[in-house]
Formats: sequence, C-alpha cells, structure tokens
Amino acid sequence: MTAMTIQRGTRRVVGGFGRAVASAARFAAPANEEELLSLLGQARAEGLPVALRGAGRSYGDAAMNAAGLILDLSAMNAVLDWNPETGVMVLEGAATIESIWRRALPDGWWPTVVPGTMFPTVAGCVAMNVHGKNHYRVGAFGDQVLELDLLTVEGEKITCGPEVNADVFEAVIGGLGVLGVVTRVTLQLKHVGSGDLEVEALSVPDLDALFNEYERRREEADYLVGWIDCFARGANLGRGVIHRANYVPLERHPAGADSLDPSHQTLPDRFFGVIPRGLMWRLLKPWVNDLGMRLVNASKYWASRLFDRAGTTFKQSHVGFAFLLDYVPRWRDTYGLGGFIQVQPFIPAQTARVAFRELIETCHEHGVIPYLGVFKRHRPDQFVLSHAIDGYSLALDIRVPADGRERVWKLGEALGDVVVRHGGRIYFAKDALANAGQIEACYGPDRIERFLAMKERLDPNGLLSSELSRRVLPQLPVVGTSTP
Amino acid sequence: MGAERVIVVGASSGIGAAIAQQLLGEGAKVALLGRRESLLQEVANGAPSGADSAIIRAHDVTDFDSVSPLFDELVGLLGGLDKLIYVSGSMPTIEEHEYSPEKDRQMMEVNVLGAMAWMNPAAAHMEAARAGTIIGVSSIAGERGRRGNPAYCTSKAAMTTYLESLRNRLHRYGVRVVTAKPGFVRTAMTEGMGDLLWIIDAKEAARQILKLGASGRSISRFVPGRWWMVALVIRSIPSWIFRKLNL
Repeated sequence: MTAMTIQRGTRRVVGGFGRAVASAARFAAPANEEELLSLLGQARAEGLPVALRGAGRSYGDAAMNAAGLILDLSAMNAVLDWNPETGVMVLEGAATIESIWRRALPDGWWPTVVPGTMFPTVAGCVAMNVHGKNHYRVGAFGDQVLELDLLTVEGEKITCGPEVNADVFEAVIGGLGVLGVVTRVTLQLKHVGSGDLEVEALSVPDLDALFNEYERRREEADYLVGWIDCFARGANLGRGVIHRANYVPLERHPAGADSLDPSHQTLPDRFFGVIPRGLMWRLLKPWVNDLGMRLVNASKYWASRLFDRAGTTFKQSHVGFAFLLDYVPRWRDTYGLGGFIQVQPFIPAQTARVAFRELIETCHEHGVIPYLGVFKRHRPDQFVLSHAIDGYSLALDIRVPADGRERVWKLGEALGDVVVRHGGRIYFAKDALANAGQIEACYGPDRIERFLAMKERLDPNGLLSSELSRRVLPQLPVVGTSTP
Repeated sequence: MGAERVIVVGASSGIGAAIAQQLLGEGAKVALLGRRESLLQEVANGAPSGADSAIIRAHDVTDFDSVSPLFDELVGLLGGLDKLIYVSGSMPTIEEHEYSPEKDRQMMEVNVLGAMAWMNPAAAHMEAARAGTIIGVSSIAGERGRRGNPAYCTSKAAMTTYLESLRNRLHRYGVRVVTAKPGFVRTAMTEGMGDLLWIIDAKEAARQILKLGASGRSISRFVPGRWWMVALVIRSIPSWIFRKLNL
C-alpha cells in the first residue's frame, strides 16, 4: 500500500452546516490511525495547520480551515462494543448518533444525550459537549462519557475519564477538537423501556407564560423544550409552544417490544402520504422569507392554541421527537445561497427573562427576525470550555440574505454583547460570529488559562486549530505562525 | 466597496498588459504575473495611474507546483480576490510539413494546463466567498480544427470547453465565468501576418474583455462581438469542403 500524501494543489470548499460561511482548504481522509499519524507528520513538516472534521454538522466554522489542511475522519466510525446488560457502548470517534440508537434501541436503550439531529459524530459531540432537550435533568454529552482515548499529535494515546486523567478529560470535552484526536469513546446509555415517548403540547401566549409553564413541568418531564414565534412582539413577545415528553414503560405500550424495532422509529418516506421527503425542501423554499415565515410561525402558534390541550398526550417515537431536524432532508437548502446562521445564547436563570426579551427585541431593531426560536433549560458541569450553565438558552435560526450579510453580522455582534452583559455564554457549536473579546468575557480568564495550559501540554506547536479556534481563542498557538 | 482586487496572469505583453494597465488606471489593486519581472514593471509604469499599488511577480505558468502557494500569497496581499483573468497564451508558428510534439506540448501547457492550475484555486476561493469573476481569454481559433496549427486550435477548444464547464459548475454559487474569444488582435502573436480581417489593437481588446467581465453576466462572447457571424459560417462548413480550404 502506498502511503497517503497530502496533495499540494487540490482544494476543497468546506462550509459550516448553516452554509453561511465556507472556505477552501486542503483535504485528506485517512482510513485508519496509521494514515492519520502519517498525515499529521506531513502537515507538521510543512508547517500546515490541521483541522479535524467529522460529519460537518457544526453550524459555523468549527470544522473549517482556510489555507490549512482538513482531515476528514468520518471513515473511522465503527461501533466497537455493545453490552445490552449494562448499556455501555464503545465507539470510534466518527461513529454517529444514528449508529448508536440503531444498535442499542432493539435492546431497549437510547443515547442519554442527543442533539436535534442524529448525524453528528460522537467525537464531534465530545468536542462541542452538545446537549439535548433533557439537559437540565441528565447533563450534557460529556456527562455520559465514561472514558475516551485521545490521540495526541505526537502519537501518544491518553485514556481519560472522570476519574482517570480527569484534567485532560475536562479540557477535551468541549475542547473544540484542537487538543488531539478522539479515537474511542465509551458511553453510558439510558434504558428507556418502549420505543415511544408520551408527548404533551401546550401553547403559551407570552414569554412569562413560557417560563412559568416550562418550570411547572420541569420536575416531571423527561424532555422539555419550548418553541418561540420570534415574529411576535409587544404583549405577544415570547409566545410559543412547549413540548413535554416522557418515557413510556414497555409494559404500558400496546405494541410492546415491537416499538423498539428501528422500522417503527424511522421517519415516514412521504409527507401527508403524498409528497416524497426528498422533495419537501423545494416546496418549503418559497416560504423561507420574512413574510412566509411570519405566516408559518403564526399558524404554528394558532394551531396549537386552538387544538392542543394541557394534559392531552400523543405518542411519538424517540427518533421522531429527538431528531426533528432530520425530518426534511436538505432543509438547510431552503435558506438559499446565503445560508443561515444559528446563534444560541446561554443566560443565567436569574436574568434570562429580561435577557431573552432583549435578544428578541435586538433582532427586531436590526430588522432581522429569526425564523425559529428554541428554548431550553440547562445545568452546569465541570468541563473547562463548557457552555453549560445554570440557566436557559434561546437558539435562533437566522437567514443570511445574499445581499444582507453585513446586517446579520452586526446583529450577531449585538446579540453577543447582550450575552456578555448578562453573564451568559456563547455556544461554539452554533457560533460563527463571536469575537475573542466576547468569548473572554463569557468564559473568564481562569477557564481560558486552564485550556491554554492543556494545549501547551498536548499540542505546544499548535498543529491542531480551526477557523473557530483561531477566531475565538487567538491566544492558542498555531503552527507556521509566530507565537502570539 | 473598496478597490477591486484582480490577478492578471500573462500581463507582460499584448492583451494581458493592456488589461492590467486599464485596471490600474481604474484604481483596482492588481497583481501582474508574467515570466519577466522587468517587463511587468514596464507595463505597470505605463499605466495611466496606480503603478505604485501594482504587485509584480515573475511567474512561469508551466511551473504548476508554484501556483497554489503563489495564489495564496497574492490573495493575502490583495486582501481578497474579485477577479482572476487568465491571458497567457502561446502560439509558435508551425510550418507546412512540420510536426512538433515539443511545440504542441508547450501550447497545451501554457494555454490549457496553466489556465487550469490558476482557475482551480480561484474557483475554490470564489465558491467559498459566493462571489467573484473568472475571465479566460480563449480564441475564435477554438471553434474549428484548422490545418494551420492543430495544437493551438485544440488548446483553445479545450479552454473554451473548460470555461463552459466551470461556468456551469460555479453558477449556483454566485460566481461568474466569462469566456472571451478574440478574433485578430495586433500583438506579437499576429506580427508579420499581414492585413487581417477586423483586426483591433490590444488596448481595444482589453477594453471589450473587461466590459464583458464587468457586465455581471456569466457569458461566452467573441471580441469584437461581430466575429460570431464568421464563427457561425466556419462552424457550418462541411468537413469535406473545410479540408480543401486554407483557413
């Protein structure tokens, strides 16, 4: 076999999932650790910064690397071991969330923490410490990791976990993928009984009602998420719908163990029995503008207001409830050429009511209305660069019109300032716009110092970096440039 | 909006020099590339204004490995890239009874492979930026395989097709690709050919090519435009007649 080499001229345009940012980079896709180490060695010899990429599901520039080398690790994606007795699964870094549930659900287990899509890799979830709609209850992704292997750029393998090499572990979880390559992850899954959830939908007329009803349900809910119509202002600001979901024990499910079969989980191939899923984005596209989305948001709210009643529930599969984003293939293409950005401010519980009003008002003042707003509750954890705090988050999907990029960028800066003012955090998986000053204010000098020290220990020459890491933490060393 | 940022490959003489001079005069930030640095400097100095802001680099387009790093360096110096204009071309005389793989290879390397070496990084950069224009100077010679210079016709046909593919590839990302196909232009290439049909000088060719580039359209056009009539006729001549002509 000939050794894999980095091609000199070949470039690939690689963007964030939101398609609003993209850049050209050199590119290689190692099939195994041996090739990976060889490529890292070549990059080091050339003084070429390396960014790691898995499924490319971060919305912004986390897996982008202008003029550097991107290593696409998606081939290293095996499920290495599964124990249906204990619910412990061992995976290679690029195994996806989908591969976890497909393997575990027939045995009655489900990943404890999942993001809104099943396509990210576990190493990506580790690098961003992603969270789910049950964050306030079970913690973020890092909390379900029992152990992981980190391959350093020097080729050393460090096994770490909450008890072993905990300092490394706490920096690697949420570490943006710039401390080393996560080659193996051991996860604790959750026993869920049946394959369905019992879901309650409830409309709320304003932001206060949203907070109140959300808090009222939080103790008893296994999952809890709010949706906000960001077009509504004044007395209606913050109106939306709350979805509560609870596990259904196997013995209470009429279909019993059949509900655990992946065929019961998968999303329907046709909408309304007619429209093929693959075509859906084309039908949605004409609606993805200010007027169309104003109508869609209002209809969604009023439909819930008219038809949903508190206490009434319906059954939904785990996949159907958790992976809403995956319902419409290519949904991001509905945003057009300019793409979209997602922004997800995390705000401490005490000031969230005020801050969320400010965030939505700030969007209106800039004339840029988010087409989707998602509301969740969170809890803090021990990870160095974790976005997790004792508070709430509001995820906003913001279209970037081809001719309105500057306006959106200005809004992004303003939203970042609101987060800083309220002592909140900016979430890296969703970020494309925050500046280094905002990040320093959000995370504080102590955490950043701790992270820099770990970088100094594991990758002192700064071989690993990404456009995200260079933007938000310019203090980090980067190979081929003089030390800052 | 700031000054336009342009790379002109093949700027030391002829149409390329005229393009660079016009752009400098219009206040653009221009990187001039050609084999001889002294010639490039003369070209820049000959511009009505803007010579000071010109970036001069000696470069041989057949040194393919040097393109990628040089492209990055120039984009860094220019602070971005709005236009790439590839004008380099080679047309050595092929005598009757002469068959020269060396000359053929040189034409393919300069006219085709050099263009590809430059257009690839430019296309990647522009796709990512969702903006930009690539202009390739091809030729009416690519419309038909004429007996006079097989490799030249082949190289220009290849360039025309390559640019068409690139245009179709990049359209959805908001990037424009313009194919300019000049007829006869008074340059070193046409020296000693006597009186030629509809011949224009390099300055006029440059003006028309830059106009196409600034049109905001992704198009393929003859320069001057009226050559389309000749092209139509030439393309329509049946092969069994065409081979008897001295076109």
